[in-house]
Amino acid sequence: MNQGFELFPDAGSAYAGDVDALYAFLVAVALLFTFGICFAILFFAVRYRSGSDVPRRPLAVRHIRAIEITWSVVPLLLTMVMFGWGAALYLRQQQPPDDALEIAVIGKQWMWQLQHAEGRREHNELHVPVGRPVRLTMISEDVIHSFYVPAFRVKQDVLPGRYTTLWFQPDRPGEHHLFCAEYCGTEHSLMRGRVIVQEPGEYARWLAGATGDAPAVAGRKLFEQFRCHTCHTKGEAARGPALEGLLGRKVPLAAGGFVVADEDYVRESILNPQAKVVAGFQPIMPTFEGQIGEEGILQIIAYIQSLSAEEAAGEIQQEQPAEPGRAKP
Amino acid sequence: MTTTTPISTAPHVAHHFDDAEQQFEAARLGMWLFLATEVLFFGGMFTGYAMYRAAYPEAFHEGSGRLDLVWGTINTAVLLVSSLTMALAVHSAQSDDRKGTARFIAATMLLGAAFLGVKAYEYAHKFHEHLVPGAEFAPAELASGVQPGHVELFFSFYFAMTGMHALHMVIGLGLMAWLWALARRGRFFPAYYTPVEITGLYWHFVDIVWVFLFPLLYLIG
Amino acid sequence: MNAAPPRIHYLNANYSLWSWLVTTDHKRIGILFMISITLFFFVGGGAAVLFRLELMTPEGDLVISETYNKLFTLHGIVMVFFFLIPSIPAVLGNFLIPLMIGARDLAFPKLNLLSWYLFMIGGALTIAAILAGGVDTGWTFYTPYSSTYSNTQVMTAAIGIFVTGFSSILTGLNFIVTIHTMRAPGMTWFRLPLFVWAHYATSLINVLGTPVLAISLVLVALERGLGLGIFDPKLGGDPLLFQHLFWFYSHPAVYIMILPSMGVVSELVACFSRKRVFGYAFIAFSSLAIATLGFLVWGHHMFVSGQSAYAGMIFSFLSMLVAVPSAIKVFNWTATLYRGSVELKTPMLYALGFIGLFTIGGLTGLFLATLAVDVHVHDTYFIVAHFHYIMVGGAVMGYLGGIHFWWPKMTGKLYPEWWGRFSAVLIFFGFNLTFFPQFVLGYLGMPRRYHIYVPEFQVLNVMSSAGASILGVGYLVPLAYLLWSLRYGRRAGPNPWNARGLEWETSSPPTTFNFDETPIVTEGAYPYPPLDTAEAERELETIETG
Ligand code: HEA
Ligand code: HEA
Ligand code: HEC
Ligand code: CUA
Ligand SMILES: [Cu+2]
Repeated sequence: MNQGFELFPDAGSAYAGDVDALYAFLVAVALLFTFGICFAILFFAVRYRSGSDVPRRPLAVRHIRAIEITWSVVPLLLTMVMFGWGAALYLRQQQPPDDALEIAVIGKQWMWQLQHAEGRREHNELHVPVGRPVRLTMISEDVIHSFYVPAFRVKQDVLPGRYTTLWFQPDRPGEHHLFCAEYCGTEHSLMRGRVIVQEPGEYARWLAGATGDAPAVAGRKLFEQFRCHTCHTKGEAARGPALEGLLGRKVPLAAGGFVVADEDYVRESILNPQAKVVAGFQPIMPTFEGQIGEEGILQIIAYIQSLSAEEAAGEIQQEQPAEPGRAKP
Repeated sequence: MTTTTPISTAPHVAHHFDDAEQQFEAARLGMWLFLATEVLFFGGMFTGYAMYRAAYPEAFHEGSGRLDLVWGTINTAVLLVSSLTMALAVHSAQSDDRKGTARFIAATMLLGAAFLGVKAYEYAHKFHEHLVPGAEFAPAELASGVQPGHVELFFSFYFAMTGMHALHMVIGLGLMAWLWALARRGRFFPAYYTPVEITGLYWHFVDIVWVFLFPLLYLIG
Repeated sequence: MNAAPPRIHYLNANYSLWSWLVTTDHKRIGILFMISITLFFFVGGGAAVLFRLELMTPEGDLVISETYNKLFTLHGIVMVFFFLIPSIPAVLGNFLIPLMIGARDLAFPKLNLLSWYLFMIGGALTIAAILAGGVDTGWTFYTPYSSTYSNTQVMTAAIGIFVTGFSSILTGLNFIVTIHTMRAPGMTWFRLPLFVWAHYATSLINVLGTPVLAISLVLVALERGLGLGIFDPKLGGDPLLFQHLFWFYSHPAVYIMILPSMGVVSELVACFSRKRVFGYAFIAFSSLAIATLGFLVWGHHMFVSGQSAYAGMIFSFLSMLVAVPSAIKVFNWTATLYRGSVELKTPMLYALGFIGLFTIGGLTGLFLATLAVDVHVHDTYFIVAHFHYIMVGGAVMGYLGGIHFWWPKMTGKLYPEWWGRFSAVLIFFGFNLTFFPQFVLGYLGMPRRYHIYVPEFQVLNVMSSAGASILGVGYLVPLAYLLWSLRYGRRAGPNPWNARGLEWETSSPPTTFNFDETPIVTEGAYPYPPLDTAEAERELETIETG
């Protein structure tokens, strides 16, 4: 984070460099046309000033037509380049790589709350290791916010009631600004913080300072506290579907059709279970609206995700002693 | 490059028009444009309604089931008849039946008022059943699996859309009252009935909006 | 035709205040609008002065955050809805369209007066909202902040804008009907001045876009007032629905703000190059193209809002297309100077300033339409710079140019030319100093609507504030000398610029019914005499076919 006066933002990721290249192209086009037009205006204004002694023979019609076509087509082609280049970069930034580090983000008036997969939580600061893609799953507790890290050239609105995601891959250690870019009320301009990019070892040490549970662990506790496991077990007698490997699965619905289970689907299943009933089950699941907060839901999602991961790694023991339920987050 | 064209002196032609025909054209085009505005005005609500209904079909079904189909149908009929009387009012003006013009306008007004009366009754009923969105909203015995919030969305649309429609009716009745007063004094005749014609256009439009609202709100339950 | 100034004209026909308040004369209504929007401009500008002062330092030392937020909201609402949208259409359009097409008035004079009253009622409500504590939602009123969380006077302001919306709907409707039905004999569509074409396109947007804004604001007001919950995410409402509705109007609305200005520039460039506008038909049709395409690009304000990537791509693509007709206009105006006979009078200086600044604003619009770049600069000062370049550098310049050009027609007086040129140049420099640094700030990442910012942005902010004070003075100068000219200005004849067009054929100021006799039109717009006598024949041919 540069403290002094500057004209160009620092770049904290390879993607930032790519955006800058596109930007440089746009600036070049803009300069070309701006100077071209200004020069033409000044030149004509002087040469053809009223009373000057120059020929003023009008152009022939066929020339006019050729000129009109040229200056319609050339800008059109240029804008198509802009569109194609911009869209290609944008699409690349829509799909996070699979091995991304998962971090949960909650925005609320006027702070950022973040939790790492390993459990460490932080406020208005985000520690990330250098060289690894980081994927943020974000939700707001109140109004719309927007997570913005200029050094990575990325930004994503954070909505109430729905997850949005954002990813980036820092490629050098350092500190960057984190801003809330969507106007969210009185202290909008103070809803900001830092992104601290660390060497992997340093990051690991930092993570080890965690005080709370990892989200998946906290999620499991909630799962037991709210007695989800009474229905969601494995076996014939289970009243609810098994949740192992749920995320990314195509779930058949009682109403017909399928839905691909993503975070929004799980959230909806918890808050409004009857919205999409799984085929072969009764709509008996109660709603947990008002009982589990956004943070708790994110933790349960992390837990269900960990089930999937463990599923893949092999069967696991289910009988860890249940700790006394912690208060609702 | 100037010469004169005659400036019409007929009393019903305003000073800035050349002749009655130009004036009539202008008024009619103006009303059509205004109706285009109205289409987009209601269009905003229809878009929102369509989005939410696609998202929460059960809740909308459930909400629709709580509307009073009988009164809704009666109201639709009332409004359709009022369109007919309005058309007859225009026809009377065209065929120089000055009494008829006033009479049909009065009939249209009565039907419009009847519609609003029924609407008011329905609203009151919704109020009793706690179906008015807000803190008091509490629908009784929802089918399992339907979120009360989503039903509240349905009723938000119900009140916003029918409310806006009713407001248009009230404005229409105001226009009619004015027309009626003029018609009674015999101000409309085949050469000049523009106000009747364009108010008629407006009234038919309000009617058509209802023809869309009725199935969307009442008939999906 | 050179009539001597008549003893009775629209201004002195009746001096009583009442005669102004119940006037149905389009010229008087234009003047009423001019006075009203000038007041609003200084209200909005005053707010800008305050928050630019605040932004001189990174800390929040002049006002508290709540006040800051209310200031930029006030600024945005007043400047957009109460100044720029009505500016050229309601003042110059009202005044000139009937004159330019050879009509005695607009088709619906009473409706026209109603437009002004609606405007004033809406304005009064909005001012009341400000006096009662202000609004802090930004001019965009995003839900759920505006519908649930803000505890300021959102409802009053929303109703104020709603009412004003009907004023622009009625003005637009009036123009379309007038242009369709009231053209003088011989005034065919392709003989219309480009100013009229531009207003025709603008009016289409007014009539088709404004109602959508109206209903969105009604729904926000109903949500706050009666507890209807259409946008409430707690009930399952979609937070993006409002944004879609809002931008469905507000993107076309940016063309409501720029098209009339483009119309003015076409007139000015033709007159002060003493040539027919180059590519008349291209400019006319590009206005319609902008108005039509403009309805299809609203989603480019929502690239990072959470709408699908697919939608983002489509909106990006369409936004690129909408730039092409604007490019065509810029090139045609520039080409009009070519082999013309150019006079750099004040209106022309404004017109040339418009072309340069609009080009910069428009080209940076393309940066924003480019997806990957917009993700970075969305909601930063880059956006602020983009739209001020177009709206202040472009539209306001066009408005000032037009006011200077038609001032003699409207008032019968000439303004002092030296002061005119001086202030045009001053405004140009002040403007660039104010807003150019904001492009840099935006790419550096300074978010907009920030009361308190990080220290490294200070230098550029100080530059911007310095520019704003020059700009502020620059706007006061024309106010002063135009008012001065009302009393002390030299008498203008019917046609001080030697311009062509029906409005210059009648006296200055015109009589109440504009023309003593309905004109009959026999030639196309801008029939300036050929500049090269040897080629007079060829010139004529160009005019016929061009
Ligand atoms: C009068 C007002 C006006 C006008 C005319 C425009 C015109 C354009 N605008 Fe702008 N815009 C605003 C006012 C305006 N805008 C406002 C107020 C906002 C912010 C709202 C808010 O959030 O508060 C905004 C925001 C905005 C955004 C959203 C940014 C964001 O929030 O992330 C985008 C994105 O695409 C955009 C694009 C464009 C484009 C492509 C044009 C095009 O029409 C421009 C076309 C013009 C040219 C291209 C220049 C002339 C051409 C040449 C000289 C030739 C060379 C040409 C080529 C090479 C093609 N604008
Ligand atoms: C027509 C539209 C219009 C116009 C003309 C202007 C004019 C100006 N705007 Fe405006 N602006 C907007 C439309 C407009 N703006 C909009 C829509 C927003 C977004 C709001 C939002 O985020 O919701 C915005 C936001 C906006 C911001 C961003 C605020 C933020 O995000 O925190 C800034 C910052 O510099 C700014 C500055 C200015 C300045 C300096 C002028 C100057 O041109 C003003 C010049 C005028 C005067 C200075 C007044 C005249 C002089 C006096 C009153 C005398 C006293 C003054 C002195 C002697 C200095 N504007
Ligand atoms: C009374 C039994 C019951 C309880 C308690 C219960 N569920 Fe369920 N759950 C079900 C049933 C039955 C279904 C399948 C029908 C449906 O989709 O509604 C289900 C479906 C789900 C699904 C979607 C699964 C899929 O395969 O698509 C998720 C996720 C889920 N529940 C999570 C939870 C969580 C988290 C809790 C505790 C906080 C919980 N459930 C508590 C019965 C229950
Ligand atoms: Cu959160 Cu702005
Ligand atoms: Cu736009």
